[in-house]
Amino acid sequence: MSGFDKVVDSYEEALAGLEDNMTVIAGGFGLCGIPENLIKEIRRKGTRGLTVASNNCGTDECGLGLLLIDKQIKKMIASYVGENALFEAQMMSGELEVELTPQGTLAEKMRAGGAGIPAFFTATGYGTPVGEGKEVRQFNGRHYILEEALHGDFSIAKAYKADRYGNLMFRKTARNFNPMAVTAGKIAVVEVEEIVEAGQLDPDEIHLPGIYVNRLIKGTFDKTIEQRTVRSA
Amino acid sequence: MALSREQLAQRVAQEFHDGYYVNLGIGIPTLAANFIPDDMQVMLQSENGLLGMGPFPLEEEVDADLINAGKQTVTMATGASLFSSAESFAMIRGGHVDLTVLGAFEVDCQGNIASYMIPGKLIKGMGGAMDLVAGAENIIVTMTHASKHGESKLLPQCTLPLTGKGCIKRVLTDLALLDIEDGRFILRERAPGVSVEEIVKLTAGDLEVPANVPEMVFR
Repeated sequence: MSGFDKVVDSYEEALAGLEDNMTVIAGGFGLCGIPENLIKEIRRKGTRGLTVASNNCGTDECGLGLLLIDKQIKKMIASYVGENALFEAQMMSGELEVELTPQGTLAEKMRAGGAGIPAFFTATGYGTPVGEGKEVRQFNGRHYILEEALHGDFSIAKAYKADRYGNLMFRKTARNFNPMAVTAGKIAVVEVEEIVEAGQLDPDEIHLPGIYVNRLIKGTFDKTIEQRTVRSA
Repeated sequence: MALSREQLAQRVAQEFHDGYYVNLGIGIPTLAANFIPDDMQVMLQSENGLLGMGPFPLEEEVDADLINAGKQTVTMATGASLFSSAESFAMIRGGHVDLTVLGAFEVDCQGNIASYMIPGKLIKGMGGAMDLVAGAENIIVTMTHASKHGESKLLPQCTLPLTGKGCIKRVLTDLALLDIEDGRFILRERAPGVSVEEIVKLTAGDLEVPANVPEMVFR
């Protein structure tokens, strides 16, 4: 690696320094736009006691669900954790701590974490279990709760295309939580489908500047579809 | 007769206006997209980062990178745009979505809604529902009026953990369309063939019944 070149050659190198009990922020929505190879690398490494923040926790066979097999996740911060039998079993037995966070609040907590904003007020969750124990303030006659930013030791994300400097482009709804997840990690690792030379992406079309990215790797992706719905011609 | 799923979806669609940006929850709300009148433009927001959701894809159009909030493969309509989850909820929280339609377990006459969690049963999470009910000015809740055992779901006070507090003003059930104002339900319309008495019997929360309660009209 030299200068602004963020490209690493192996997944081992991509996640070097990830240790037990760290916090990992992961992009993806369902199985769409998940950093699937980085997740597999965490499984291979066997890192344990992780706190993971991601909208979902994958399925039994895919995505973050793979980290449940050997109980590598200690705590999950997510908005929706259905359709995952292993998750359910570990949550019910108390082995897995779960912090349910509204989807928009989760996205904003990541964004705030990356943008140097320690906390923000939102009406989401006021008067519900999510608001319990949180500071409440009124603005213009409405109640808001204080939500704190999220920071990760690592963030893992998936983008579509990057240049070697880590400038990123996402594709369709695979963007989802990925841009905010990248910004919220001390070490941001991004895997992409294609890497081009710096200067080959139109600067106007870069979705996330490379300043947020520490390590970049090109992967091949299964892109498993959770709900294949089609119409007939 | 209680409304069918299709009729519920059809009645929801009657709340659409030309030029509306609409977020439809999973289930019956999603079905309402099938009843957008031909002479009307409505753009569907999917909170995972798509404004301008189109129909399900043809087999050869399926794209793993293009799904809706229910994780189903979809297509994009003309004029669609794509964005991050933070941007998506900025437009929801910021009140830019004209209409939100979602399901619930219970609603009460204070405008509270419970829709994501039954204690003791499996907890799956609220997804975007808490943000949607907190952010939208114009929300329609679709649900059955009572449980299979005849217990009202329109209550004086929700018994389940809340998704949102004091944020619901309109409820469409299989029996009636009701508004919520000043701590009570107001009966606006009834399903064809359903009597006011039946609705009164199955509404546990305070209910105001105007002199004239028209039947819903389906074209």
